Amino acid sequence: MKKILFVMAIAVSTLSACKKNEVEATGSGKLNFEFENVVNNSALVLNSQNYTNALGESFNVSAFKYYVSNIELTKADGSLYKVPENYFLIDQSVASSLKYEIADVPAGDYTNISFTIGVDSARNFSGAQTNTLAPENGMFWTWNSGYIFVKMEGSSPASSRVDKKLLFHIGGAKSPTNTIRKTSIALNPNVLRVRTDKAPEIHLKVNVASMFTGTQNVSFGQYNFMHGGIPAVLIADNYASGLISLDHIHN
Amino acid sequence: MKKLIVLSIVSSLIFVISCAKNEDEVNRPLYLDIPNSFPKPIYNFDNNQLTVHGFELGKKLFYDAGLSIDGSVSCGSCHQQFAGFANLDHDVSHGVDNCFGRRNTPVLFNMIWKDDFFADGGAKHIEISPLNAMVDPCEMANDINNILAYLKKKPEYQKQFKRAFRTNEITSQNMLRALTQFMGSFISAKSKYDDVKSKKANFTPEEEKGYQLFIQKCESCHKEPLFTDNSFNNNGLDLKYQDLGRALITTTATDEAKFKVPTLRNIEVSKPYMHDGRFKTLEQVLNHYQNGIQNHTNLDAKLKQGFMLSNKDKIELLAFLKTLTDNNFLKNPKFSEN
Repeated sequence: MKKILFVMAIAVSTLSACKKNEVEATGSGKLNFEFENVVNNSALVLNSQNYTNALGESFNVSAFKYYVSNIELTKADGSLYKVPENYFLIDQSVASSLKYEIADVPAGDYTNISFTIGVDSARNFSGAQTNTLAPENGMFWTWNSGYIFVKMEGSSPASSRVDKKLLFHIGGAKSPTNTIRKTSIALNPNVLRVRTDKAPEIHLKVNVASMFTGTQNVSFGQYNFMHGGIPAVLIADNYASGLISLDHIHN
Repeated sequence: MKKLIVLSIVSSLIFVISCAKNEDEVNRPLYLDIPNSFPKPIYNFDNNQLTVHGFELGKKLFYDAGLSIDGSVSCGSCHQQFAGFANLDHDVSHGVDNCFGRRNTPVLFNMIWKDDFFADGGAKHIEISPLNAMVDPCEMANDINNILAYLKKKPEYQKQFKRAFRTNEITSQNMLRALTQFMGSFISAKSKYDDVKSKKANFTPEEEKGYQLFIQKCESCHKEPLFTDNSFNNNGLDLKYQDLGRALITTTATDEAKFKVPTLRNIEVSKPYMHDGRFKTLEQVLNHYQNGIQNHTNLDAKLKQGFMLSNKDKIELLAFLKTLTDNNFLKNPKFSEN
């Protein structure tokens, strides 16, 4: 009888030891983001650089600016952490906007990251906002209130406009012109290892060219000037899966 | 005994000092007189507590032409109190550099019962509704960053923002919230019509007949007690419209040439009428409903069946519409430029 008790005691202590190992990461830490804007395989250089779209039309980019929000981190066991109040506004012309840090992330190994390209519906209709969502950032429509989620401006000889300009202001949070898109990236086999004393950095590539290919190739002769509306839905469908991709992680 | 006296002197001194301090810093809440007959407001100031200093700051901003690019046009330039905060005798708004806008200036009152703003409903929240006028090249033609820079430079604004929002930072959010405190307080609910409804007055026989006609013919869109159902409709002004109206916002063909049903409160003083200000008088408006309705594709179904109005009906309807004029509101010094 004593022996049995002894064995049981060992078994119990082994079990609890096992458990301890699984939940060893406690507390919370920071997570860093770096956004690198590109056009396919080339770095994005404003104004001076020429690129070609999927149809072989040449274009350049004078402005590229977008919101990434509602980041969600998932662990291998499926548990989810929703980053509260995060509205990143990335602007190619502002170097400091290419890097963001979030704090108070529960420690753990995250295997998946997802986010909204744009701003969730609620914040589009909740009145005057602050910080990156403030209207003076130039990403808020005052005539049809709501945010511009992705803004690309430039020019192309293929543009049917006299001034050859390109202006793609993508936004709209209501059907039939809803352009809110969610995207999810599996980090496997890598993980984001958040610890109290370790702040991993995730490096994301954001591809301007994805706006003009994917579900439908866009010709600048046909589409060159839009602020929301049905054509913007086409662009959003294009970039939904191709805009943001994982480049690498520093743990 | 001495100790007690000293103590009481000291404590009364402290009291005096703290009072004086409070006098300057305290920001009393304001409470709106919501009419019993009105529904629950859509905007309830939950995240923007209405206060004396917030209201006063909003008023200062509303009447400050410095918010426009050349210092010539304030909100109050086109939103005149005596016209129900519409723009009397202007078919469309006149902005900086004598630029003519596209649409007739809307009235501003009972705004906290509205779910969207502008004739096409493009602004979907009261707090952000002033932004378009600030940046539209044919209105104030400014840039929000310019406006913020202007406000930050003025010591009196620094002081007033601090008093209203307890922060040293002047933000667009606080600017818009102050404007909302001011405009959101515009409540018009003390017209003769309201007095009749609360049994404090009686309609004349002509007004009463006009009211009955109104219920038969107008009430379905101009719903009491706000005198609008906030819907978008086409009332057959033209067969073809230059201004696509609601469709500019929804990009839906069935919304083309539809415009927000305006309230009829203070309609007597807010001329001219329609989204483009084409009718200078209420008689012209009634003439349109009597015999001017065009069969536009999106014409409201209720207007398709015709709109039988005799000349006598028009006179009676006019008499009723004038009972919606609310001089308590139109002349309330609380809302007037200081």
